[in-house]
Amino acid sequence: MSATTAPETAPPAPPPAPAGVAKAARRKKLVPYWLLLPGILWLVIFFAAPLVYQASTSVQTGSLEEGFKVTWHFQTYWDALTEYYPQFLRSVIYAATATVLCLLLGYPLAYLIAFRAGRWRNLVMILVIAPFFTSFLIRTLAWKTILSDSGPVVEVLNSLHILDITSQLGITEGERVLATPLAVVCGLTYNFLPFMILPLYSSLERIDGRLHEAAGDLYAKPFTTFRKVTFPLSMPGVVAGTLLTFIPAAGDYINAELLGSTDQKMVGNVIQSQFLRVLDYPTAAALSFILMAAILAMVTVYIRKSGTEDLV
Amino acid sequence: MTQQPSTGGDVRLTGISKTYGSFTAVHPLDLHIPAGSFFALLGASGCGKTTTLRMIAGLEDPTSGIVELAGNDVTALPPHKRPVNTVFQSYALFPHLDIYENVAFGLRRRGIKSVKKQVDEMLELVQLGDFARRKPQQLSGGQQQRVAVARALINHPKVLLLDEPLGALDLKLRRQMQLELKRIQTEVGITFVHVTHDQEEAMTMADQVAVMNGGRVEQQGAPAELYENPGTTFVANFLGTSNLIEAEVADTSGGDLVLTTEGGKLALPAARCSAPARTGDTVLVGIRPEKISLTHAEDAGTIPDGRNRITGRIADSSFIGVSTQYVIDTPVCSEFAVYEQNIERDSRLVPGAEVVLHWNPAHTFGLDATQDIDAGTQLDEEAA
Repeated sequence: MSATTAPETAPPAPPPAPAGVAKAARRKKLVPYWLLLPGILWLVIFFAAPLVYQASTSVQTGSLEEGFKVTWHFQTYWDALTEYYPQFLRSVIYAATATVLCLLLGYPLAYLIAFRAGRWRNLVMILVIAPFFTSFLIRTLAWKTILSDSGPVVEVLNSLHILDITSQLGITEGERVLATPLAVVCGLTYNFLPFMILPLYSSLERIDGRLHEAAGDLYAKPFTTFRKVTFPLSMPGVVAGTLLTFIPAAGDYINAELLGSTDQKMVGNVIQSQFLRVLDYPTAAALSFILMAAILAMVTVYIRKSGTEDLV
Repeated sequence: MTQQPSTGGDVRLTGISKTYGSFTAVHPLDLHIPAGSFFALLGASGCGKTTTLRMIAGLEDPTSGIVELAGNDVTALPPHKRPVNTVFQSYALFPHLDIYENVAFGLRRRGIKSVKKQVDEMLELVQLGDFARRKPQQLSGGQQQRVAVARALINHPKVLLLDEPLGALDLKLRRQMQLELKRIQTEVGITFVHVTHDQEEAMTMADQVAVMNGGRVEQQGAPAELYENPGTTFVANFLGTSNLIEAEVADTSGGDLVLTTEGGKLALPAARCSAPARTGDTVLVGIRPEKISLTHAEDAGTIPDGRNRITGRIADSSFIGVSTQYVIDTPVCSEFAVYEQNIERDSRLVPGAEVVLHWNPAHTFGLDATQDIDAGTQLDEEAA
């Protein structure tokens, strides 16, 4: 249909072309927007509107009994930050540690699945995804049992005197693992590992096997091939995986809640308790915004630094 | 060119074979590729030519046999320790590196610090000096192909392996690159081993061709030698076109064998018969279509004595430009192909005309009749 491709500035259509053709053309042009509509509506109702609502909540003052009013009280932000910065810092440290651990655990696994698993590939992939068939909450509770004080893990670690070392490092306490930073980071690592493996796998899997051969042919030893060819080419996966791990891990509160003590509270726990227990909505909203802004800033810097724009 | 003189090495394969489970890709074969030659491994897809090449490169471990490069046994060496480089099919350029770094890759891996001069020279050799900072995907197919050649050649390998390097290019560019590769080979003097399914490409570029079929080398030699005197029906049909007819050996007493066919007697120089020929044996007689002259039956008397003749009727003719191709129905073969140069066309040579086909017996070749007479014909059509 030539009418659709003709721009509006094209010379007027010859007389026989009826107005209906132009109308059909215009309708056709609108199609993409109609197709976008459900998505846009979804975003407006479930993302934009709550965001605006929360932004307004964060600058309100009052109490639940008297009601909250917008008073443009930006002081809330400063108060929230000064009071809860340890939790903020902890969130970033825990999430970053878990992300690094996920990368260290996930990369070799993704590499194996992509290049070495052969006919076992699908089975291993299913094993990676299988935990998703169980609720996040239940899996984290299971870790509570696994790491319990008289459980086999703690006993083994104890008899090997590993807990002595970790206690010295300050990541465990005495003869227990539960209610220590180690437990929370373990939980975060475990829960977000698939989010690391899947993007890593998909970017590794796309690498042409001949590039490895070419590198070997050009005198690169296997490890050099990895360093100079495979790893740089998997950077999109590394970036995607670290973001998918770090962002939710930084805002997570389940792991700290179930596996940690009051000393391991993360900012997610604070927001949750401000919203649901203390009922201090403005502080909770302000904390949420600070967390969001902080993650946004860190992610922007990270993507710039990793320079993956022309790889994707 | 100020290229440091790099001498090519020879390649010697002894009893080399490759099996995958129950499938034998390459049957034990011996091959000697002389130093400094442009050597083509020619065959249809699946004939084992690429596997053979990959065994030379070290990308594939041979099931048995020895690979020697310039006199050294390299069978157990991994690819990065062999003095060979490969130009891969579809090039396998590193997409995250620019052209300059792609070309410098091999030098850097060997710990050479000052690569600039060499890289610039190499890019100049392949006429890509202005593209050093582009990424591979910003280049056309032909340019990428030249980068792949430069990336391999800069290392001054003893042997350069080319795996269907021109397969992804269109016909015109392919012709151009054939000349280009030939020029580069002459300039650098490295041994080139070129894998291709295109018989024309193999013949125009290579000094030596090994024709492979079903995991075996059918015949090896200079292109003209293979073409003029094929040793098997596969070579006869795969390299160009051949007319093959069955004949019985009637007399072996002279320098020429005398053969009887349903169309009459034919002479065949004994030296050009690769099959054992005793009186009473059946052999396949071959003749290339362009060696045959066509004369209208009315002028049969003008044909000089001593030429092989067969009579027939023109079944079809097609005008190609430089030549006219005839299909002749003869008693020995219903589709006898004849190519006539368009010099002086006899206007009587149209479909239906009775003609005499005649040729110098020296162009005739004899093959073992136990082979499949059609070997290589279908494959050639597929590849073309």
